[in-house]
Amino acid sequence: MNSFFEYFADIFRAVKSLLTGMKVTGRYFFSPWEIVTQQYPENRKTLKMYDRFKGEVIMPHNEHNEHHCTGCGICETACPNGTIEVLQAKIDMPDGKKKRIIDKHIYRLGMCTFCGLCIKSCPSDALAWGQEFEHAVFDRSKLTKTLNQPGSSIIKDIVE
Amino acid sequence: MNFSIYDFTSFTQWIDKVLYDNLPAFWAIAVEMTIIGVAILLFYALIGLFLVYAERKVCAFMQNRVGPNRVGPFGFFQTIADLFKLLMKELVYIKNADKLLFNIAPFIVIIASFMAIAAIPFAKGLHAIDFDIGILYVIAVSSLGVVGILLAGWSSNNKYSLIGAMRSGAQIVSYELSVGLSLVTIIILAGTMQFSAIVEGQANGWFIFKGHIPAFIAFIVFLIASTAETNRGPFDLAEAESELTAGFHTEYSGIKFAFFFLAEYMNMFIVASIAATVFLGGWMPFHVGGWEGFNHIMDFIPPFVWYIGKTFFIIWIMMWFKWTFPRLRIDQLLTLEWKYLLPINLVNILIMAFIVLMGWHF
Repeated sequence: MNSFFEYFADIFRAVKSLLTGMKVTGRYFFSPWEIVTQQYPENRKTLKMYDRFKGEVIMPHNEHNEHHCTGCGICETACPNGTIEVLQAKIDMPDGKKKRIIDKHIYRLGMCTFCGLCIKSCPSDALAWGQEFEHAVFDRSKLTKTLNQPGSSIIKDIVE
Repeated sequence: MNFSIYDFTSFTQWIDKVLYDNLPAFWAIAVEMTIIGVAILLFYALIGLFLVYAERKVCAFMQNRVGPNRVGPFGFFQTIADLFKLLMKELVYIKNADKLLFNIAPFIVIIASFMAIAAIPFAKGLHAIDFDIGILYVIAVSSLGVVGILLAGWSSNNKYSLIGAMRSGAQIVSYELSVGLSLVTIIILAGTMQFSAIVEGQANGWFIFKGHIPAFIAFIVFLIASTAETNRGPFDLAEAESELTAGFHTEYSGIKFAFFFLAEYMNMFIVASIAATVFLGGWMPFHVGGWEGFNHIMDFIPPFVWYIGKTFFIIWIMMWFKWTFPRLRIDQLLTLEWKYLLPINLVNILIMAFIVLMGWHF
């Protein structure tokens, strides 16, 4: 007798769980304003990517054309596939010592796997993820970028 | 001649009279059959195209997406573009396939669904053949489709196709039992198998309301079993993409693939119209016994609109099933049929027979 009731209890449990699922999809069907799809080429002007989106590696500069990069080269070592190349330069300090600074921070977008190890390993938080994602170009050489802007310098208050 | 969208009888009789007056009897009937054939073929193609579009749109909305929206307004011409693509594709010749059976199979599948559509009443007087065993005929003819599926799987000479076809065969053969028995429940209530008489019998209330709980249980069982019979999700093991690539139609390309695809959607349309006719009153407007004013308002909506509305409601429910439930395993599929649906159905028939015997229905 127990198995007899179990049989019907089974059916009711099954129907209940099926209805739970149908409630979710049914609600979505009748609420088109919940659609998450972005109408991409049309909404290009207003499209805002999310903070965690990995578009490309950038080096943020402030309004005085200054960045945080000391040119230490840790990102170059951290990069697993040789995407980053840091070219250093030496300048003479007023006290007669020589100091290493960044000359060019070369970033090859075409080789980047967007793992983010360079950004994580940077000791002075000089690198960040950019939100730009329309990277298609007609010439491969355009994918090799110099991240520090021409004429830029390091922010003065950095303590080495 | 007064034509009305509420009753097509005078219209069809007028065509019949004109043909018989002007032509010898043989040619008159030949022309009539051609007209009906062309009309049903056009209807078939249009409904098939629309259903593919509707399925993609409904599925998209249920998954919080937009669906096709590039070809034409709201992507309305997407399926027409797809049709042209399929028409222009190459028909790949399979080297070791059984050539004759391979070429015949899609036609068997499509003819089976094409024959079933002839017996369905679309509106008052808009009914190609009114058999007095209409329901039996539709069940018999629509089950021919499984022959085409089995032949397609066998003749492709491909293990995926064969396994898919065998699964489909096992599934259709077992679920046909439930489809038939749930219709028998309503035949007991209606006392006839003729579609026109079944529809007339629902003039004062649809059978799903007249038959109390047994009719409702039969309706649910019919929905489940007919979803399985049309090889649709969650019972689409026959073409489980991840295991069997595309099941029985793996080796088909171009227009032959389109035939299978179209037949699948038309089978869905046919089972939905049977469900609408048998349980929800077909083209009969929604009537409540005694409410004369209300019944009169309902009569203003043309019968064809009622029929299409009910059919698409059932189709929408079947799409809702497909895009909500995960696919069943083959043993779960057979357990559902033989341990649950069939015993429930048999007991249900007994209860319905008892209710009809005691006169407890409306």
